[in-house]
Amino acid sequence: MPEIKLLLVVGRILKQGVGISMGKYTAEYREAVSTLEMNAGDMTALGVQNGDEVELTSPYGQTCVHCKSGNLPVGMAFIAYGPPTSDLTGTETYASGMPDFKAQDVVARALGGGRD
Amino acid sequence: MQFEHIVCGFCGCVCDDIKVTVEDGRVTGVKQACALGRAWLMGHSTESCNSVALVDGEPAPLDEALDVAARYLASSRNPLIYGLSSTVCEAQRQAVELADLLGSNLDTCASVCHGPSGMGFQYAGDSTCTLGEVKNRADLVIYWGANSAEAHPRHFARYAVMPKGLYRPGGRKERTAVVIDIRPTATSRLADLFLQIRPGRDFEAIWALRSLVRGIPLDESSVAITGLTLAQLQDLAQRMMACKFGVLFVGLGLTQTRGRQLNTAAAMLLIRDLNAHTKFALQPLRGHGNVTGHDQVIAWQTGYPFAVNFGRGYPRYNPGEFTAVDLLARREVDAAVIVAADPVCNFPRASSRYLSEIPTICLDNHDTDTTKAARVVIHTGTSGINVEGTFYRMDNVPVRMHKFLPSPYPSDEEVLSEITERVRQLLAARKEANSHAANH
Repeated sequence: MPEIKLLLVVGRILKQGVGISMGKYTAEYREAVSTLEMNAGDMTALGVQNGDEVELTSPYGQTCVHCKSGNLPVGMAFIAYGPPTSDLTGTETYASGMPDFKAQDVVARALGGGRD
Repeated sequence: MQFEHIVCGFCGCVCDDIKVTVEDGRVTGVKQACALGRAWLMGHSTESCNSVALVDGEPAPLDEALDVAARYLASSRNPLIYGLSSTVCEAQRQAVELADLLGSNLDTCASVCHGPSGMGFQYAGDSTCTLGEVKNRADLVIYWGANSAEAHPRHFARYAVMPKGLYRPGGRKERTAVVIDIRPTATSRLADLFLQIRPGRDFEAIWALRSLVRGIPLDESSVAITGLTLAQLQDLAQRMMACKFGVLFVGLGLTQTRGRQLNTAAAMLLIRDLNAHTKFALQPLRGHGNVTGHDQVIAWQTGYPFAVNFGRGYPRYNPGEFTAVDLLARREVDAAVIVAADPVCNFPRASSRYLSEIPTICLDNHDTDTTKAARVVIHTGTSGINVEGTFYRMDNVPVRMHKFLPSPYPSDEEVLSEITERVRQLLAARKEANSHAANH
């Protein structure tokens, strides 16, 4: 399976914020926090299309998400805060209390399957 | 029944102009709120939990849950109290008393939000203003590392860019909005100017702006690392110096990346430089509804805004040592009280996993990954819906939260107060028993 290196940026999106209040076990919230936005060129390089499953691996863990094309620079990917991002984030805070939420090097690997 | 001037407690905007319709004890209509506020009011106005309390996953009477919680805490050597950023200041004050009694660590959601901004202000000072001043005076509004359109949807429209103000009667037409970020966002699409900088180079870009504002010449090669051209930086510096009232709103793009508190300290120093030319202020865009209030309460009671430890009988402050992510990752705490927060969902897995290995007591109004990991869960009313009290808006303006729906659940303040009292009794009984044993 092809794989590429990405800089993973984590942040807030509206659907994730709505899901916090409407229930973190709703399908809408789970979809919001497990959708990876990628540059269209990176998706081509990885051989994936919108909805395909991608495995992300960081030095701290691994998770599976579904990808979609987004307006991002080449080599950068975005995902909303949630359990999948927690799997990838390390605990080093550089004496600040704050982990590296917005600058995580990950390896993305295509798994092939799409979202049901 | 219609309620007006309801205050939304979801994000740091704390909008106080919401209209709510209640039918059969439930919120059935919400006007003037954003999508986040509407979901907050609708999602928290019904009881999603069957039992007021759970002990080891089983429904339990409140009195039993309070007893079990108190016993866990009284026998703990180094507990952690964390969260509290979505509850009222009255509950936060009670949490400080409990932390003082236990000699525990006390940390808030700020440590994974704008804690580094607070540290930056400690280095460099704080030139701030209220959102009312922004509305009435600002002609240059800059968002740096912040996607306000998705995290604080009414910030742009109600407070910062769109509204007509006393000295800005033309509203949007009299303001320039600038967004600086590493990627295009919903917020950058609303801006007059978008500057896309290279990831992790915020400090360098801010420092280049400081040089330009102070009249220090730069060449193209010295700013290339930022991903911006010298012309772009010169244009921005010129706009900043030429405006009548500028405000820089900083987001987690500065605090959750390389540099952290040094980024916000640098931004504050830039603001200080700009005040030699014009009036300029800086504000962090606070996420949780009352995270700003917790800064206030802890600073008022201990002198420090987060990452506090009472282990020596007096408050000590040290981010990195007494912050929740670090304490859990190093497995240094032996019990935890989590109030109105879900660290199991959001913390790095190596930190959050530890919460299920120690006695964790969770106060929340929803079932979350953290309530699942907790040994004692007490469901509490929602501040601003079932519980009245004080929130602080992101600009440090206190706002009174109203209660407009009854709840079968107690408030966070009531639960924390009751736990405090029971812990006090257990500790007193232990002290007496030890004294008795020593005398015989």
